[in-house]
Amino acid sequence: MNVLVVDDEEDVKLLFEQRFRKEIKNEEIQFAFAFSGEAALQYLTQHQQEAVLILSDINMPGMSGLDLLKKIKEKEASPPPKVVMITAYGDEENYNTAMRLGADDFLTKPLDFTQLKEKLKAL
Amino acid sequence: MNLLLLIAILYYLRRNLESKTLLPEWDKIFVRGMIVSFILFGLQYTLPALGVVLNWLSYVAIFYLIYLSLKNPAFKPVKPLVNAVIPFILIEFVSDLTDAINKPFYEDWEFVFESASFFAFIWMIAMLFVNNKQRKALEKERQKALEDKKRLQISESMKAALEVQVAERTKELMGQKESLEKALEDLRATQTQLIHSEKMASLGELTAGIAHEIQNPLNFVNNFSEVNNELFLELKEELDKGDMEEVKAIAADIEQNLQKINHHGKRADAIVKGMLQHSRSSGLHKEMTDINVLADEYFRLAYHGLRAKDKSFNAILNSEFDENAGSINVIAQDIGRVILNLITNAFYAVDEKRKSGVEGYEPAVTVSTKRIAATGEEEEQLRISVKDNGSGIPQTVLDKIFQPFFTTKPTGQGTGLGLSMSYDIIQAHGGELKVETKEGEGSEFTVILPASGV
Repeated sequence: MNVLVVDDEEDVKLLFEQRFRKEIKNEEIQFAFAFSGEAALQYLTQHQQEAVLILSDINMPGMSGLDLLKKIKEKEASPPPKVVMITAYGDEENYNTAMRLGADDFLTKPLDFTQLKEKLKAL
Repeated sequence: MNLLLLIAILYYLRRNLESKTLLPEWDKIFVRGMIVSFILFGLQYTLPALGVVLNWLSYVAIFYLIYLSLKNPAFKPVKPLVNAVIPFILIEFVSDLTDAINKPFYEDWEFVFESASFFAFIWMIAMLFVNNKQRKALEKERQKALEDKKRLQISESMKAALEVQVAERTKELMGQKESLEKALEDLRATQTQLIHSEKMASLGELTAGIAHEIQNPLNFVNNFSEVNNELFLELKEELDKGDMEEVKAIAADIEQNLQKINHHGKRADAIVKGMLQHSRSSGLHKEMTDINVLADEYFRLAYHGLRAKDKSFNAILNSEFDENAGSINVIAQDIGRVILNLITNAFYAVDEKRKSGVEGYEPAVTVSTKRIAATGEEEEQLRISVKDNGSGIPQTVLDKIFQPFFTTKPTGQGTGLGLSMSYDIIQAHGGELKVETKEGEGSEFTVILPASGV
């Protein structure tokens, strides 16, 4: 399974690599990281069909997670990649906008990695 | 004849001595003398025999008056008059006496007596004329002196009145001065209060950003420490298995995570310290401050602060930091406040333009730093610019933007003190705050700080 993590905090890379240490080791999940919405779009054009799941932060400078979500869902990819939004502000407005734009799930920070693992395994 | 002369003399005395006002006792005598003389003058014609007696009596009266005039100091003003009359009276007296004692002799010499009497009369008229003229001149001078005195009195009284007025005005002015001082004091107190509320307002703007900024490092601290717990369990397992390669790999990860925990802990600590610094009032010291770090910190805080308040807000954030910007000696939190204010304004400008619905508009704010080497004329400078692609500032308000309480924001949304305080802070640092703007295209605020002596 290919997962693209989008966050402006570069340390998420290290965190995910450690949290999914076993999964990565057993080659159950492969992670790619992008540190801005723009970088994520660039990655997606270069690696079409590779990312099955995109985990994106909403609150980023420049292109926000919601903008990214909109752009991904507008693209004609079949099947479109699943997008899970993550935000520090678990407010209704963000949630509704994300769902309206076609987000597949919505998680709030701090992330519950046990829960996330279960969600990923269910996919 | 002599009675008429006596009346004339009495009349002159009265007039020239102004006896009516100056010598009231003598005046009575003069008036009585004149009345008696008139009556006697009348009797002289009904009883011719009386004429001779009256003639001699007149001489006595006239000589008495002359004697008085020469002796009495009160009669001094009429001395010239008496001098004029004496020759004529004497000659008349001598001729009358001669006529009475030796009539033939008088008749023989009548011509001489008549001539002498004539010349004495001319002398008397001439003297009286001259005397009258002198008297008039004197009178004129006296009048003038009187007028001068009057004028002096008027000016004296005016001076006194003026002094009273001046005293009143001074008192009034002192009162005004006191009330102005009081007003100034009140204003100063209000200003201090306002500056405080402006600080609190910007702190409010920051709080959400700060919360977000603290939340992220805290998440990392929690996550990495949890990961480390797991890693320790794995480490034990691997030790039991005896797979030393794996043990080393896990130990390296644990060490790296601990560094991350430390890093993010410090990050949260710095944010809290920065927040405390921001809310503290004054009495601060200049210290060497890395301008790029400061600008970046406030850029993020401003952005997250606004995002927390307004979820729909977004903008392209560009930082163009000069690697050689380095550190300069400033009051970090003051300069930070200026940067925050400029960035907040820039965000407001681009957001207003976005809300106005310009097609294809992408809000963008650029924060840049630049160190400019000293030239022949100017010393080394450090520039911090905040540029937006908002609607720009109309020329009509451009002159007022640094004035206290001037704001284009709706009531209650801006204190109108942000730019004015920023201006004061930069001035206090010996720098400049400049603005370049083009309507419809955006604005760029530039802080220029002296960077020499570092």
